[in-house]
Amino acid sequence: MNMSWTLVIWLSIGAYAFKMLGFVVVGSRALPDVLSRCLMLIPAALLGAMVLNGTFTDAQSIVIDERAVGLLVAVIAAWRKLPLIVVVVLAATTTALLRTVS
Amino acid sequence: MKLRIEPEVRPVVTSALALSGAVGVFALAFGVLAVGAGASVSQTCALSFFAFTGASQMSAMSIISTGGTVSAALGSGLLLAARNGVYGLALSPYFGESLGKRLLAAHFVIDETTAMMTAQTNPRLQKIAFWTTAIALFSLWNLGTLIGAVLGGSIDPQTYGLDVGFTAAYITMLVPHLRTKNGRIAAACGGLLSVALAPFLPVGLPILASGLAIFIGVTPQRAQASA
Repeated sequence: MNMSWTLVIWLSIGAYAFKMLGFVVVGSRALPDVLSRCLMLIPAALLGAMVLNGTFTDAQSIVIDERAVGLLVAVIAAWRKLPLIVVVVLAATTTALLRTVS
Repeated sequence: MKLRIEPEVRPVVTSALALSGAVGVFALAFGVLAVGAGASVSQTCALSFFAFTGASQMSAMSIISTGGTVSAALGSGLLLAARNGVYGLALSPYFGESLGKRLLAAHFVIDETTAMMTAQTNPRLQKIAFWTTAIALFSLWNLGTLIGAVLGGSIDPQTYGLDVGFTAAYITMLVPHLRTKNGRIAAACGGLLSVALAPFLPVGLPILASGLAIFIGVTPQRAQASA
């Protein structure tokens, strides 16, 4: 595993820097519309990537395995507006069960 | 002990607490998942305390869990943190205070505090909404993380499908962004890019590359066309 304190420290500094940038440094000056529209799409793009990349890739190959079924279960559960913890547990359990039988 | 709260303030406090409770559950999931991805309990808690921005913490840890480098994890975490800068811009006019107070308040500029504060109509309620949400949410986010991280140590990630647990958490976070057409296009393009590029880039970088999908926002009116 590559986990390290370096990541913890830099992510903390970076996250605070961004919060402060708009809040303290830029103050009440407005950002160009186009720029703020694009910035607000970051979560959609990255979350979409994390969902599909996390499901359909293994290291550098594209695969379809037990995770795809877990994803399907999560999508249905989220669509039915079930609470987060239920969505997570359902998806994880489905995949875990499939892994035991396969 | 009976707390007396004015009728005007009550709904603000109630929704701040309800929101924080939900986020606390999310923190529990983050704690379990982060420890499963190889972080220690103290690293996990430090992230929640100092970085204090949910999606960034999650994405960084999930890149680590798939074997990505620290730089890739940091890159995606920071990209996601960038939107707090935009929130800061939106909230800035509400804070007339000293620099010191702004520096403190800045730490709490996140999705939830922004939503709660901008939903209020008068300056006094705006302040109450921001600080109640900030304090309750920060407390429960850190408490949830600690409990999750401690519990997570006794769980083997692969056996319990924790990798898919990350994915499931992202889906629930993604849902609100799918309300606009641009949001849906950005999510789809980002997702497809990240899979299509996987064979050609080191682990973690396809996630960063998916950030290119935000340029869909350059086209103006589509942002308004929501379904």
